[in-house]
Amino acid sequence: MQENDLRGMLEEVRACRLARRTFIERMAGLGVGVAMTSAMLAGAGLARAQPAAPYKPTRRGGGGALKLLFWQGPTLLNPHFATGAKDLDGAHLFYESLGRYDADANLVPVLAAEIPSRDNGGIAADGRSTTWKLKKGVKWHDGRPFTADDVIFNWTYATDPATAAVSLANYEGIKAVTKIDAETVRFEFSKPTPIWARTATVQLIPKHLFEAFAGARSRDAPANLKPVGTGPYRFVDFKPGDLVRGEINTSYHAPNRPHFDSVELKGGGDATSAARAVLQTGEYDFGWNLQVEDEVLKRMEASGKGRAVAYASGNVEIIQLNMADPASEADGERPNPKSRHPILSDRAVRDALALLLDRKSVQEFIYGRAGVVTPNFLNNPARFNSPNIKDEFSVDKANAALDAGGWKRGADGVREKDGRKLKLLFQTSINSVRQKVQGIYKQSCAKAGIELELKGVTAAVFFSSDVANPDTYGRFLADLQMYAVAGRLPDPDSFMQWLVSWQASSKANKWLGLNRGRWASDEYDAAYRASEFELDPVKRAALMIRMNDLVCNDHAVIPIVYRPTVHGLARNLVAPVSGWDDSLNGIADWYRESA
Amino acid sequence: MGNYLLRRLLIALPSLLGISVVLFTVLALAPGDPFSEMVQNPNVPPEVAANLRKQFGLDDPVWQRYFRWLFAMLQGDWGFSFISRIDVDKLILGRVPVTLAVIGASQILALLIALPVGVISAARPYSWFDRIASTFALIGFSLPTFFTGLLLILVFSIKLDWLPFVFRADISATGWEWWRQNILQAIMPVTVLGLLQGASWTRYVRSAVLDVIRLDYVTTARSKGLKERAVILKHVVRNALIPVVTLVALTMPLVFGGAIITEQIFRIPGIGSLLIDAILRNDTPVIMAVTFVFACLVILFNLIADLLYGWLDPRISYR
Repeated sequence: MQENDLRGMLEEVRACRLARRTFIERMAGLGVGVAMTSAMLAGAGLARAQPAAPYKPTRRGGGGALKLLFWQGPTLLNPHFATGAKDLDGAHLFYESLGRYDADANLVPVLAAEIPSRDNGGIAADGRSTTWKLKKGVKWHDGRPFTADDVIFNWTYATDPATAAVSLANYEGIKAVTKIDAETVRFEFSKPTPIWARTATVQLIPKHLFEAFAGARSRDAPANLKPVGTGPYRFVDFKPGDLVRGEINTSYHAPNRPHFDSVELKGGGDATSAARAVLQTGEYDFGWNLQVEDEVLKRMEASGKGRAVAYASGNVEIIQLNMADPASEADGERPNPKSRHPILSDRAVRDALALLLDRKSVQEFIYGRAGVVTPNFLNNPARFNSPNIKDEFSVDKANAALDAGGWKRGADGVREKDGRKLKLLFQTSINSVRQKVQGIYKQSCAKAGIELELKGVTAAVFFSSDVANPDTYGRFLADLQMYAVAGRLPDPDSFMQWLVSWQASSKANKWLGLNRGRWASDEYDAAYRASEFELDPVKRAALMIRMNDLVCNDHAVIPIVYRPTVHGLARNLVAPVSGWDDSLNGIADWYRESA
Repeated sequence: MGNYLLRRLLIALPSLLGISVVLFTVLALAPGDPFSEMVQNPNVPPEVAANLRKQFGLDDPVWQRYFRWLFAMLQGDWGFSFISRIDVDKLILGRVPVTLAVIGASQILALLIALPVGVISAARPYSWFDRIASTFALIGFSLPTFFTGLLLILVFSIKLDWLPFVFRADISATGWEWWRQNILQAIMPVTVLGLLQGASWTRYVRSAVLDVIRLDYVTTARSKGLKERAVILKHVVRNALIPVVTLVALTMPLVFGGAIITEQIFRIPGIGSLLIDAILRNDTPVIMAVTFVFACLVILFNLIADLLYGWLDPRISYR
């Protein structure tokens, strides 16, 4: 389907000649998901009416205590210094951002009155600025009003190098933040920017409490440990690495929210016992990120106290092929990123390897609800999901591909060509799930005459950034490796960077380049460069799908499953968690259904 | 006595200095970087990590960092946690009450079991009581805490649903309810630690008392017609306690150090879990401070043990 056809249809919808529903149905017939279709419509200014969140409680409070259990406790509560999801989630009890991503990866307003779009004039036609109208009547916990000055202050605070704020990255590319009036701010970009939403999810801190502590004095701010935000809960107590407590904010800006009278976030321990405390004993209401085998979770759920829920997210588990020769060495650099892998550069071998992965068994016997079979590198949000790649497992076809490629079986059943045996080293981190997948893959490869040697590396080493260690995934001194690529934000920009040629992992970037397989494709690079400036969401989605297809058709990576985040919820807890943002970003909308 | 104390304290100073040099060098040589997590995050530009390194002085040579640490320490500044961005002493002080309460209670439980059981076992060796006590002691110190901990959770939390297994340092209730909840949640960890410690101490007390009870002066005391009770308590136990005191005094620093595994199982926010978290996140100032506190405590309790010897056995004099 050509882009022009799409545009024509969109115009018809606009002119009411084509019903929304018909458009969605036609697109579905073409293999385009509903989510992508509605994103197209939204991009064309044809969004459906905002579905009101089904929030049932009719008054504020009265829900008792909400008890959250994280197996990592927040170590600090200033969102600008957060070093991981645990800190951002802890801060979310008290702080809020302009907008947040909901479970379907749509941006919804929190401290903003509305999300900027082309229609409401929030997004400039040249893509160089976005204008945010702030919600009226929002107050900080100490009673001071929330204004445009606060938004601007967060930008100056985070971008001051002396502050050393981690949130600096979210403000990349922003030239200035200007005040239009007390309730309107404009973010100005130095170039046309399609991913303007990056600043929307930054949690905002109050100017009047942090102004005196910007820059090098940032560590002395008393409010670092005693947050004063706009959020649904007021700060009560914080013990770093252990516990955060909050009580209801009776002057919260959204009606009938929050439902709970107090909230408590306990950290520490391990995922399995966290699952037990929620699903089996009901001591806690919410267990964060239960990375536990599905079988174990099911057994715990049998006691009926709680349930494990999978939330869509952008993480995908992949097998990555090394395009450089791990044995090559040039200028003391091993592997030499410019070299070519003697076996994997052969298209026939890559085709065979892709055909030999039995994804269905992997999901059925290993991942369960925690993994969904996919042949695509880019899976979520659904609007970026390519319909063009098929999942196929066939030992026969793999054998045929290898035969055609000139790989002959030797006496020991292992194929060889030009005196080189078809033996590959397959490494991953030590983790019972990954070792099982390695086992399944080894078996099916053996059937096609490929011998896999399996290697497991302790996670702390495998994922470390230690330059001197040869066993890291950045160094990749093996032929194949398996790990999960994290796509945290709904926009796939940072995700797609994992395969651009200038990110190739090498000695020069201390083996920290994101492109660890050192795959290089001019077409891919060009598509990525174009996506950086493409303002039209439909064209941009098409570019993303194009990039995915390039990667998957060339088998630079072999995707296995995409991995939703699994949280444990008490039986009657309603928690609209987003896998695209911090898991507690919608905590104001959580409630307990009366039994 | 006063002289002796002063001398011992003066000797302690160079040892502490030596310990701090060793600790600091080892930590400085150890691989890892507190900001490595950040370096891996593609959303964080490298300048941020570089800035943080500069701000915390991580790029200076080791000896400069050591002296900076030493002078700060002398002025009572324990350092600044990279990860939590607060002062280390606040972090440690926040963990002390829970550690003292839980681990202290378990040590008291251990002593309450070990002393009477050990003494009675030794007074009537190879009796039924002794055999049963020995069997239980053997089982007690053979079972690791991660096993007994999980076993107790399985029985008392999951099957019976009597006790909570997530420890909360911050209970919002007041009055009797506060006490009730705290005692309920402390029962399992205190039992796990107390039984392990009590079992091994029972064996020590028993063998120490056995050594003494066969000596001639005990026979003399008995032939004088003293009651058995008086013989055991006044003559035997007092002498037998000397090795036990050494043992107990040397395990006391552990009370402050917490019990890393048990704290992890029950999610007790003690110093042990602070240390393990700091190690996992390469938070060097915290590791340094906690290990240094341990070193001080070991030296202090050695001194206390030496002083206790003199009280227990006046023949030992301080010169």
